[in-house]
Amino acid sequence: MSQSLATVAYLGAAILFILSLGGLSNPETSRRGNLFGMIGMALAVLATVFGPRVSPSGIVWIVGALVVGGSIGLYAAKVVKMTQMPELVALMHSLVGLAACLVGFASYVDTSIQLQGAEKAIHEVEIYVGILIGAVTFSGSLIAFGKLNGKIGGKPLLLPGRHWLNLVALLVVIWFGKEFLAAHDVQSGMLPLVVMTVIALLFGIHMVMAIGGADMPVVVSMLNSYSGWAAAATGFMLSNDLLIVTGALVGSSGAILSYIMCNAMNRNFISVIAGGFGSGGGAPAKTGDAAAPQGEVVPVSSAETAEMLREAKSVIIVPGYGMAVAQAQHTVNDITKTLRDKGVQVRFAIHPVAGRMPGHMNVLLAEAKVPYDIVMEMDEINEDFPDTDVAIVIGANDIVNPAAQDDPTSPIAGMPVLEVWKAKTSIVMKRSMASGYAGVDNPLFYKENNRMLFGDAKKMLDEVLGALKG
Amino acid sequence: MQTSPTATMQRIGVPRETYPGEKRVATVPDVVEKLIKLGFKVAVESGAGDAANFSDESYRAVGAEVLPDAVALWSASDIVLKVRPPSSDEVALMREGGTLIGFVWPAQNPELMQQLAARKVTVLAIDCLPRTLSRAQKMDALTSTAGVSGYRAVIEAANAFGRYFNGQITAAGKVPPAKVFIAGAGVAGLAAIGTAANLGAIVRANDTRAEVADQVKSLGGEFVKVDYEEDGSGGGGYAKVMSEGFQAAQRQMYATQAKDADIIITTALIPGKPAPKLITAEMVQSMKPGSVIVDMAAEQGGNCELTVPGEAVVRHGVTIIGYTDLASRLAKQSSTLYATNLLRLVEELCKAKDGVAVVNMEDDAIRGLTVIKDGAVTWPAPPLKQAPAPAPKPAAAPVEQKKGGHGHGSSGPLPAKTLGIIFAVAAVAFWFIGAYAPAAFLGHFTVFVLACFIGYMVVWNVTPALHTPLMSVTNAISSIIAIGALVQIAPPEAGVNGRPDGLILWLAFAAIVLTAINMFGGFAVTRRMLAMFRK
Repeated sequence: MSQSLATVAYLGAAILFILSLGGLSNPETSRRGNLFGMIGMALAVLATVFGPRVSPSGIVWIVGALVVGGSIGLYAAKVVKMTQMPELVALMHSLVGLAACLVGFASYVDTSIQLQGAEKAIHEVEIYVGILIGAVTFSGSLIAFGKLNGKIGGKPLLLPGRHWLNLVALLVVIWFGKEFLAAHDVQSGMLPLVVMTVIALLFGIHMVMAIGGADMPVVVSMLNSYSGWAAAATGFMLSNDLLIVTGALVGSSGAILSYIMCNAMNRNFISVIAGGFGSGGGAPAKTGDAAAPQGEVVPVSSAETAEMLREAKSVIIVPGYGMAVAQAQHTVNDITKTLRDKGVQVRFAIHPVAGRMPGHMNVLLAEAKVPYDIVMEMDEINEDFPDTDVAIVIGANDIVNPAAQDDPTSPIAGMPVLEVWKAKTSIVMKRSMASGYAGVDNPLFYKENNRMLFGDAKKMLDEVLGALKG
Repeated sequence: MQTSPTATMQRIGVPRETYPGEKRVATVPDVVEKLIKLGFKVAVESGAGDAANFSDESYRAVGAEVLPDAVALWSASDIVLKVRPPSSDEVALMREGGTLIGFVWPAQNPELMQQLAARKVTVLAIDCLPRTLSRAQKMDALTSTAGVSGYRAVIEAANAFGRYFNGQITAAGKVPPAKVFIAGAGVAGLAAIGTAANLGAIVRANDTRAEVADQVKSLGGEFVKVDYEEDGSGGGGYAKVMSEGFQAAQRQMYATQAKDADIIITTALIPGKPAPKLITAEMVQSMKPGSVIVDMAAEQGGNCELTVPGEAVVRHGVTIIGYTDLASRLAKQSSTLYATNLLRLVEELCKAKDGVAVVNMEDDAIRGLTVIKDGAVTWPAPPLKQAPAPAPKPAAAPVEQKKGGHGHGSSGPLPAKTLGIIFAVAAVAFWFIGAYAPAAFLGHFTVFVLACFIGYMVVWNVTPALHTPLMSVTNAISSIIAIGALVQIAPPEAGVNGRPDGLILWLAFAAIVLTAINMFGGFAVTRRMLAMFRK
């Protein structure tokens, strides 16, 4: 295959990738979108393998690598539970990051490319930046993975003077970058490159460690963005337009998702990345005195909950991370079906940051076969709460906290929330009175029209379902 | 004071109401059961619940004693539950040191207060409950009574009104819906709005307190504003007297509504003052014949000039209903609600569940209720230092401005200044690159920037429900980085310039394995997820 044919194939692959992202704009075209992505990827790989840049002796290695990696990947995709999606995605980001590092190092030690002057400098900057982003993505994603599956605590780790630490790290990276560019041969350039990689790895760890559990959706999409930029940097390094285009697509899409998530929490992107939220450690914000919620908590039993549901005309279910943890999505669907058969209008209200990654709740509900046309976004459904008889909150806390609107001193003030307290009755299912990830007390629990159903979400919902059918 | 629990187990007595026409009773069998669970003995006067359809038998069945007459009941009871304020005869029957719980209206009944104090009793006036305490709402009998009255007012109006409430198109012709205007959207007004709207009428309502507009709308009513700026929120959830200018504008509005409405229900009360006269004789005259006015403020003089308290009269072809016993006309319902309110109060008095009521004057709610303590008048209670609802919501504004910030590119245009800064920075960056970078780099750079924009445009359209699949598909696509490893593994230039082929081969091999995991795994898991999204 000639260089021109390979280039045309790359162009085709790039178009297919764009169509793939475009196809995800709604559920009907999304499956086709994914198919386009697969075809695009296959086209790109085949065009490369049979193109001028790979000699036949390499094919056996390539096939071997693809078979090994592919089978691991397919196996993982098959066994992963939908509740573990955030972890899987974070882990996969780390692989892209690591691959970017490896390609960067390989490119640096490759002496067959001889460049001079500005071109050499630019090539080296590209390698340097590519490895930097790759390393940050790698270590950051690993930490995110650990936080998401609970191996590392959700609490942010706040080192003293962490912003200064980051600044120092940046200056060191820049200084070694200068050294790296000044190096005459591979041996002398290797030291600054390795030092920079280590700093980048530490920086990635530090960055994600400092971010609280509640901000995980932002972190996951941000790392997604980084893996794209890493690919784009690799593309510059190897003068490969397909890599640049695809990397930029992925990078910008991740950046936009992060932006949307930040908006949904009414937070500044910079402040999320700078970390420290979600600790309760931001001492002055932790009120507790003047704003302590008044009133009393009224617990109900699962039988009473079933009673209220049966007598309701319209019900809105607000799922949160607690539903994912308890794996209760199938029971929720059974309850939904039972109620709909009785003529009760049931809808779902999804807060943009419910769960641990963007769209997490939608995936879980889809897994349980909840029809997607009764699953609403916050903006679509928030006005309907006053006309709703019962709103059930399953394992969510901060996203239904009225303090976000009423209490300007609350750490989550101004964050858009689902206004469940406007429903005639709200029922909150929780394991205990503990506060959410944001560490903020929730006045909703003390409202007069609120009831608490304590216990494991799955167990309680099973009881509710039993009572509804009985 | 308390010796052993069994010795002091108190008896709660419920007499028959003696006020003429009063059908309610202060407790019902369901509640009697719960009072007994609290450790009390319960006695009911024979026939007390008859008018509300609760027979002596039903009280006996749940464990209450039924005593033959009022004398026996009052003398046997430590605590007496009543609806209406006691008559002077009843006060005379009271046991010294006993407790009375019920409506008392101490401001309107100073003589009664003196008589009660003279008997050395303790009196808890349910009408004196501090209503702003959210804890107290379960005991708020004024609210539950007002709700029943508001419902009944609509039913009385429907009874006197000669037409359907809901509009219909029948074979016999078209029936327009009735137009109902409700003055005052307190608890009674809101109950009336909901009831009338449920019957199918067109409901309009007005209140001097602007913040109730949303409540009116939520019940299916339309809020009619007075064309004048003034907020009428007084303390404790009541309205206050308004200025002269406001009242003129309000009269104008009422005159307009009177001409248009078929039914007017008035509920306007100002605490401690006679009810405001909202509907003048001329307004009544301007109404269509057959229209109905229900004046729920009749007991306090009425909101309509022509109201006769306690009676339904016809003036200028308009039926004006001034019944003062609307709640009593729905005796079973209002008794049940009232009994539950009193039960909640008794629960507060008897936290130990040992059948002994303790009046704890440290408790804000109890302090407010207690108008006489062991013969000493303790009314009025000192005011509670608590704001009645955070009136102008301070946090409302920041929430509004964030509206629609999410999804579908609706983030709104950036401010011109920010946009200008972004353009300036971009221009400088572009000039710098153009001036120093080699041509080959510029080609790639062009592609890069354009691709960023395409990604931006495409991703804005992705529905939030698909954000997780989007992330996993972009993640799979980012394994395009495999291309980088593929071209390194065995290029034609192998061995040129002492290229360390072995090392690069292994680095590239590892990179391909890693990206292949991502590539195959990413697409497969996305496929699995998307297969689940169905209607």
